Amino acid sequence: MKQNEYVPFLSEIIEVIRHTEIEYTFRMKYLGDVKPGQFFEVSIPKYGEAPISVSGIGDGTIDLTIRRVGKVTNEIFERYEGGRMLLRGPYGNGFCLDDYKGKELVIVAGGTGVSPVRGVMDHFACHMPEIQSLTMIAGFKSPSDILFRDDFSRWSQRARVILTVDSGGGTEYREGLVTAYIPGLFFTDLANAAAIVVGPPAMMRFSIQALKNRGLEDSQIWISLERKMCCGIGKCGHCRINDTYVCLDGPVFPYAKGRALID
Amino acid sequence: MGYSLSTEALSEVFKHLSLEYDLYAPRLYPKGGAFSDTDLVRYGKISSPEEIVLHEKSRFSWKETLLPISQTLFYFTEGSVLEPEQEQKGAVIFLRSCDLHALKRLNHIYLQNGPEDPYYRDRRDKLRFVLIGCKEPFSSCFCVDMGTNKTDGYDFSLDWEGDFWQIDCPNTEWQELFRRHAVCEQAVSPSYVTETKTRVHIPDHLTADVIKSTIWKEYDSRCIGCGRCNFVCPTCTCFTMQDLFYTDNGKAGERRRVWASCMADGFSDVAGGGSCRKTCGERMRYKVLHKALDFKMKSGFQMCVGCGRCDDACPEYISFSHCLNRLPEAIKEVNSDEAE
Repeated sequence: MKQNEYVPFLSEIIEVIRHTEIEYTFRMKYLGDVKPGQFFEVSIPKYGEAPISVSGIGDGTIDLTIRRVGKVTNEIFERYEGGRMLLRGPYGNGFCLDDYKGKELVIVAGGTGVSPVRGVMDHFACHMPEIQSLTMIAGFKSPSDILFRDDFSRWSQRARVILTVDSGGGTEYREGLVTAYIPGLFFTDLANAAAIVVGPPAMMRFSIQALKNRGLEDSQIWISLERKMCCGIGKCGHCRINDTYVCLDGPVFPYAKGRALID
Repeated sequence: MGYSLSTEALSEVFKHLSLEYDLYAPRLYPKGGAFSDTDLVRYGKISSPEEIVLHEKSRFSWKETLLPISQTLFYFTEGSVLEPEQEQKGAVIFLRSCDLHALKRLNHIYLQNGPEDPYYRDRRDKLRFVLIGCKEPFSSCFCVDMGTNKTDGYDFSLDWEGDFWQIDCPNTEWQELFRRHAVCEQAVSPSYVTETKTRVHIPDHLTADVIKSTIWKEYDSRCIGCGRCNFVCPTCTCFTMQDLFYTDNGKAGERRRVWASCMADGFSDVAGGGSCRKTCGERMRYKVLHKALDFKMKSGFQMCVGCGRCDDACPEYISFSHCLNRLPEAIKEVNSDEAE
């Protein structure tokens, strides 16, 4: 048979980073090209496949941050440590970094929504001259749900990082929703601002509204959508919204296009 | 080129074709219906012309010959993945004009939307098509309004007229075979219907705004989300991946794709419990607008071919064609709401 896109390849697990009780990052060996915001279909035999965003791109590696959702994945987490996993991809368009160069970029992310934008953050935090200013507002449920702790402290040395938790912040963390920090955002030139919003649907809806209230146009906002994706190549139909296939045309959309997508 | 053949002669042709191809046609499954003492007409292997059911519409379409209900994509053990051997024998599919038009829709998804699907491509290239002429429409058919009542993409056509089979065979490879068995050679054009009892008019000015209409809510209580309409549809192509593990050896198994229904629970579920379309009304809207609008936006032609099987199959007597005819009313409603 011709080249078979459905057949996964084996990839070595280089490292397993445990963020929380239920969220681990698997650092996988991968030599091909990949962009932040793209995703891989990760095979968990017996469980099936799941579309997982690339949460980091290293030298010959990619990071996949996976959340334990049940009994089976629980077992799988332990079994695969130090072993190999079946992957296929990368799929989707990913973020186009050129869209944000020279801009005053704000990234608003909630929970595992940090994964797809981590690569964007990493890139600009390492290449600050490419950008006017860089701000990240990240929200998690509680301090024990925080992912990528080391990254946040690393990024905060160069960019403005607002890390907030919904509750239980104590003296160490800010409390409140990400939307609370959007009205106070400072831009030297509003017309040169750009924003990326990724997270749970409600968080995205209110964050976008807050950004628009702050003065941003729809054309200055980008979003990344999460949908059920069985194939990743425009066949299975699960991720289709109107005439758009999230796996092919997305998952990253300019909000001007994304707002017209009604499930 | 056209030919007239007796049933015996056509049987000989079938015998010859069977060497290279399996023949699939709508055939009778006695007492195979959903209710006691009822028969079922659906696709199955045949070997002679008498087995083809001409007077009734097949409950399911032919698409399962190209897209199996459950298809093994590969087998896996701990460290390796093995693709299954593909069926080498080709297939000749006997179908009506609307169903042959469905092929173009399936091709669009599996060959043009994203990378080519290798399983589909392999099977597609081994299929040949025989057009069954339609002298009369069935009551739920609306092919004329969908522009699918005529076709020329067949290898040969089949019409029963007088006491002979009338055959038009554009496939040059098979012309000699028919010539050998024909009583006479003459120009034949396959029959097709020019009007149907069920009429459908999809408004030209249909846009996604119609999503806002309240007509969809009516289906919340009527539709039970069983997905029969999807499974009988010749143009529905969605599937879900499924892993299967062997009970005797938990480390070996296979990955399959199985037909999926956008009307049934689970279709739009994402990790963590979210679901994009919870109500049957939303699902009905999603399906109807895919068939009548969204697919056309992407491909340039309508998805629905007007075979009417969804109307025949619905246990709640929901009519898809009737729903299409309500779209002007829905557009009006949305426009007047916006004008206010």
